[in-house]
Amino acid sequence: MSMEFESVIGLEVHVQLATETKIFCGSSTRFGGDPNEFIDPVTLGLPGALPVLNRRVVEFAIMLGKATKCEIRRFNRFARKHYFYPDLPKGYQISQFEEPICERGSLEVHFENAVRTVGIRRIHMEEDAGKNMHDTRTETSLIDLNRAGVPLLEIVSEPDLRTPAEASAYLRTLRQMVRFLGVSDGNMEEGSLRCDANISLRPVGELKFGTRTEIKNLNSFRFVERALEYEIARQTSLLRAGQKVVQETLLYDSAADVTRSMRGKEESSDYRYFPDPDLPPLIIEEGWVNQIVGSMPRLPDQWRKELTENYGLSNYDASVLLAESENVAFFQAVFDICQNAKAACNWVTSELFGYLHKNSLTLAHSPIKPADLGALIKLIDDEVLSGKMAKSVFEEMFATSQSPQEIIEKKGLKQIANPDEIQQLVTDTISKFSSQFDAYAQGNDRLHGFFVGEVMKLSRGAANPKLVNNAILDAVKKRRSS
Amino acid sequence: MTDLASLTATEIASELDRGSLSSVELTRSLLTRAESKRGLNAFLDLYSDVALASAEEADKRRRAGERGPLLGVPVAIKDVILVKGTKTTCGSRMLANFLSPYDATVVSKLRKSGAVLFGKTNMDEFAMGSSTENSAFGPVQNPWNKAYVPGGSSGGSAAAVSARIAPLALGSDTGGSIRQPASFTGIVGMKPTYGRTSRYGLVAYASSLDQIGPFARSVKDCAHLLETISGFDPSDSTSMDVPVPSWSEELTQGIKGLRIGVPKQYFIEGLHPEVEQAVRAALQWYEGQGASLVEVDLPHTEAALSTYYILAPAEASSNLARFDGVRYGHRAAEPTDLIDLYCRSRSEGFGTEVKRRIMIGTYVLSSGYYDAFYLRAQKVRALIKNDFDKVFSSQCDLLACPTAPTPAFRIGEKVDDPLTMYLSDVFTITVNLAGLPGLSLPCGFSSSQLPIGLQLIGKPWDEGTLLRAAYAYEQQHDWHTRVPQ
Repeated sequence: MSMEFESVIGLEVHVQLATETKIFCGSSTRFGGDPNEFIDPVTLGLPGALPVLNRRVVEFAIMLGKATKCEIRRFNRFARKHYFYPDLPKGYQISQFEEPICERGSLEVHFENAVRTVGIRRIHMEEDAGKNMHDTRTETSLIDLNRAGVPLLEIVSEPDLRTPAEASAYLRTLRQMVRFLGVSDGNMEEGSLRCDANISLRPVGELKFGTRTEIKNLNSFRFVERALEYEIARQTSLLRAGQKVVQETLLYDSAADVTRSMRGKEESSDYRYFPDPDLPPLIIEEGWVNQIVGSMPRLPDQWRKELTENYGLSNYDASVLLAESENVAFFQAVFDICQNAKAACNWVTSELFGYLHKNSLTLAHSPIKPADLGALIKLIDDEVLSGKMAKSVFEEMFATSQSPQEIIEKKGLKQIANPDEIQQLVTDTISKFSSQFDAYAQGNDRLHGFFVGEVMKLSRGAANPKLVNNAILDAVKKRRSS
Repeated sequence: MTDLASLTATEIASELDRGSLSSVELTRSLLTRAESKRGLNAFLDLYSDVALASAEEADKRRRAGERGPLLGVPVAIKDVILVKGTKTTCGSRMLANFLSPYDATVVSKLRKSGAVLFGKTNMDEFAMGSSTENSAFGPVQNPWNKAYVPGGSSGGSAAAVSARIAPLALGSDTGGSIRQPASFTGIVGMKPTYGRTSRYGLVAYASSLDQIGPFARSVKDCAHLLETISGFDPSDSTSMDVPVPSWSEELTQGIKGLRIGVPKQYFIEGLHPEVEQAVRAALQWYEGQGASLVEVDLPHTEAALSTYYILAPAEASSNLARFDGVRYGHRAAEPTDLIDLYCRSRSEGFGTEVKRRIMIGTYVLSSGYYDAFYLRAQKVRALIKNDFDKVFSSQCDLLACPTAPTPAFRIGEKVDDPLTMYLSDVFTITVNLAGLPGLSLPCGFSSSQLPIGLQLIGKPWDEGTLLRAAYAYEQQHDWHTRVPQ
């Protein structure tokens, strides 16, 4: 019996928010400080310490909720989720339980030349826990509470995803969204974007869901795909062998590329949720939501429309620019100066990206500022620089971070477009290569390119090639008619 | 100056103003008195040197022309409120060596006012109890009779003020923990409206019910201390941005025309006849002074005790989860693993009553029981609040009733019978559930010379009416001037 199965996948994504301070106190959220550098009575869960909600967290939640077409709950409450663990200072996590701030939304995912709409079940606010570190040499456990209290949004999708690649595409789209909104840096390596996946199989055509497993610790796009692929294979062989999938929580071991059961109390634990009496209900007024919506940056889909319809870029170019919010912001800044979308896109995505890549730099650390790149393109369009000169100016800009004007002045690189100067260059070249010119005038048109090249050489590339071209044609015509 | 200890805070302030007394002199004398009354076990920590230093500072401020009702006046503090750099034990082995890393907001306010922080007072462990017998550091004696309890959980603060060791003290009140001991020791005690005083730095027992409040030997002193510690605190999201009136200046407005509600559910079987008699006499006095008495109905009163003993333990079980032996507090020796560390640290650190309430609370929040207990109790709580809203909206301006059903009971009398012990809060608990202000003032003595308290209950944010009514009564009676021997 060979039965075909379809996988049903839903993702739970935790996003650390890019707020300056923690969700319930004034300590910094910075990543990479000394252990326990960013702590205070609230973070430590000291007796008598009380949480005060950071309103920016709510604003970020509303932004992401609106961007994913969610309903925003008016009457919100925080709940306490109880469990004992050394990285959880209070013995409970402040989260939202039955009343998440955002519900019933969707996200459009561009996948294999089609658009898939993935349902968003809920988005809720909560605090992150600290980190335990185990020193195997000394057999001690150490706790770093810098991360404790860092704000998180948990985004739970509907089980609308059907393949690992689709799941990965959804995650990329979500990451793109939070980065465009500026609510998170979405950095998976630093853990500001973390993903758990729920997956079950069912025979193709069946409507009922099968038994699902939850895979934790998927901290890269690649791991999401590989873990899901492994789990699909594992569940398929179980089902084919007539066995049952056990509902459990699995941990993905990326080194071995397998999922392992946590055999956890995870399933059996009772979190004893109840509304946090230290935090009064949060009422979200319509006016506040409108204000936030009004100040929201342009979303990826809106950008795509703008880039293809108004800027005349191809869908491919748009995708390259939209891969990161910095790209499109950089492009926009270049365009603002030069007003030439295609050139701006080309210079950014091929020249600049190529040089950055070669030098292992990111756009954020680009030695060339967008305004300077815009100025360079404008100099080409104004025929001050030839394309060839522009390339060398660009190299110099990349090396020195100077503006194109500075470099042109320094090197005397201005394009020669004065007809008299051009004429002089042509005349000089002809007298230097008089026999070749005779041959050209007698009909050897292949020598035209030779003369253009020599004139350009003489001008050290500064002559306007179009004018040089015309001047040489004029000279030949004149000789032939004389 | 013959008897410095008997001075009220108001009297102290005027002596200090006149220059006939210095804060240092007073503080030294009261510290000596505290030493001589160690047997009461009212204090867990006396700030001897630190108190003298801040007394000196207060004297300096006064000499520089500064004035203030608490400037240079000693205030004792229940050991559940954090004072930076000093121990806060909450009457528990769990925190026996816990040094407070920060000041509670009310403590910052006291410091600003120039009050002399005098020491930390004994209490029922984590404020759970009605007799101060649940302290890990031994029970407190009632100054009126050493064989009797001072009430609880703020029994140390009540005893300190009653025994004339400190003119003022802070307590916390979750189900009656200020008012009941005030009643048992013959002094004034007040729980403000929920949200009136900041809970930041108050070790939480039941967050939605806890409120810090004053103990004093006169209504005016009580008003001064309440004014000092009240007000919105951005560090406590449940504190409210409501103006703080100058209650101490509005005490003399009289009580003519006040409508006093007398809730019939508070005069029940089991109410001690001498308590009933004293309270009825006080009510009659009010009527004689031009107030009117109205019998009112608070039909859900009967459910208050069981509601409280679901909600308070639920919150307590959560609030006390942080005491896990990991970051601070008692840690079991040589744990074999993490679970062992948790289990033994908590088993060794907490006392019987605390464990009992953690277990009740854990049970009522468990999935499958949550709806039947916690959620239902929340609904009943709303009904109880609604009872008060109704009578306050049309029938009366304040309520008057006994603070506790009996005078103080004997040490040891109820320790083995928690349910009977819980009953001693039956008249005070409703006030916390409804978030209302409540005040207890002395209104008589039993035949065995134990104080009896009258409880006044007000509308939300209307502490003023309670203080005014209490002040009027106090002016015409001398219960509060009697001194325990």
